[in-house]
Amino acid sequence: MNVKYMYSLLAVIVLFLLAYLGVEAAGLRMLFGIVIPYVAVGVFLLGVIYRVMGWARSAVPFQIPSTCGQQKSLPWIKPNKIDNPFTPGAVVVRMFLEVCCFRSLFRNTRNAIKEGKLIFEWEIWLWVAALAFHYAFLTVIIRHMRLFTNPVPVCIQMVEKLDSFFRFEILTNTMQVGLPGFYLSGLILLAAVTFLLLRRMMIPQVRYISQAADYFPLFLIFGIAFTGILMRYFTKVDIVAAKELAMGLVSFHPAIPARAIGGVFYVHLFFVCTLLAYFPFSKLMHMGGIFLSPTRNLPGNSRAVRHVNPWNYPVEVHTYEEYEEEFREKMIEAGLPVEKE
Amino acid sequence: MNDRKYIIAGLVIFIAIFTFPFWYNLGKASPGPDIKLTEKAKAAKQCVMPTGYMRAEHMHLLDIWRHAVVRNSDRTFVNASGKEFTMSLSNTCLDCHSNKAEFCDKCHDYASVRPYCFDCHIDNPKEKK
Repeated sequence: MNVKYMYSLLAVIVLFLLAYLGVEAAGLRMLFGIVIPYVAVGVFLLGVIYRVMGWARSAVPFQIPSTCGQQKSLPWIKPNKIDNPFTPGAVVVRMFLEVCCFRSLFRNTRNAIKEGKLIFEWEIWLWVAALAFHYAFLTVIIRHMRLFTNPVPVCIQMVEKLDSFFRFEILTNTMQVGLPGFYLSGLILLAAVTFLLLRRMMIPQVRYISQAADYFPLFLIFGIAFTGILMRYFTKVDIVAAKELAMGLVSFHPAIPARAIGGVFYVHLFFVCTLLAYFPFSKLMHMGGIFLSPTRNLPGNSRAVRHVNPWNYPVEVHTYEEYEEEFREKMIEAGLPVEKE
Repeated sequence: MNDRKYIIAGLVIFIAIFTFPFWYNLGKASPGPDIKLTEKAKAAKQCVMPTGYMRAEHMHLLDIWRHAVVRNSDRTFVNASGKEFTMSLSNTCLDCHSNKAEFCDKCHDYASVRPYCFDCHIDNPKEKK
């Protein structure tokens, strides 16, 4: 048993019990349905602004792009335009590939000892799972906008339709998976987050560097995806009442619907609120940080353009001319060579 | 090289995207769907199952019905209180809830779901025995 992931798992279980018992036993629907969501969104927005502005204020004293290719130099040496961008446009291309395709993660290698030799193997599964995870999460978020907009914009309905193109059905008396639509994004999200979690737990080297703060978001997102899938295919909730609650929140007329929605819904909501409030103060801020990483967003033009640290304070300098001016006579007296007689 | 203006621009764009549901619904009062029951449905007081169950799980029940009728040719449904119903969307459900536009569609539109039930069961046709 690893203390680090047990703590994170315990934290998520406690959150689950808090929300479930808070609503089902103590009847705190007002707290979990209205107060906490507003607080969480507020904390998220202010926290993100605070963190990003903190980065904006930070000094970038050096030109430190990471290079993965030949820098532009002499005309007969072929530069690598994207991996060592020279112009702002090339930086934009590099950043786009980084943000949308996780290009540097694609180059991920794993080292191992084979036949007594240290070798580096190309390791693609982390990249595949990370890409699947992020895009599935994005799709899930876009899909959920149907509960926050009225009327639902056509583009959101299109995403829903695309996401549920895969039709299949498992029907028993207790569950109804699919029918008519089975959302692939939900399954991919759960599968990818499970992979990322198991990867941290199973690979000794990764487990060694993993902290509770690495496991907690994974357990939390697992909980979010799990409760969501639970509500869609297993114990259904009154979705119209859920949307009434969500619409009340976003139109600033919050009200708890008269009809009960069910404890699982409040657990789902509370997990999401926890994620939102936790977001700005955790590693999840890589969402904003990736845009601001100097090793990625600076052009590799250090041979052509001098990077002047804008945070340099003006330094008083005493040049050699001024020095000689001051001490010329004494220098001549001492027999030291001077430039001007 | 101070990039603060780009950073602030990016932050503003992010906040605009994140708060999309807030400004999209700004100034729009959106009460939940106001579904209307027909006289026949009102008189019956209860559907085949309790209202809370029907609101959340009617799609599951209909699926079970379809399976029972199509695969097992079992057309009789007995609910928890022992009452018998014929498993039929057209003849049982839509008999009471004959106002599809005022009843079914209201919530389906609100929650943006498009069940394919009515691809075949259009305009409440009576099934012939």
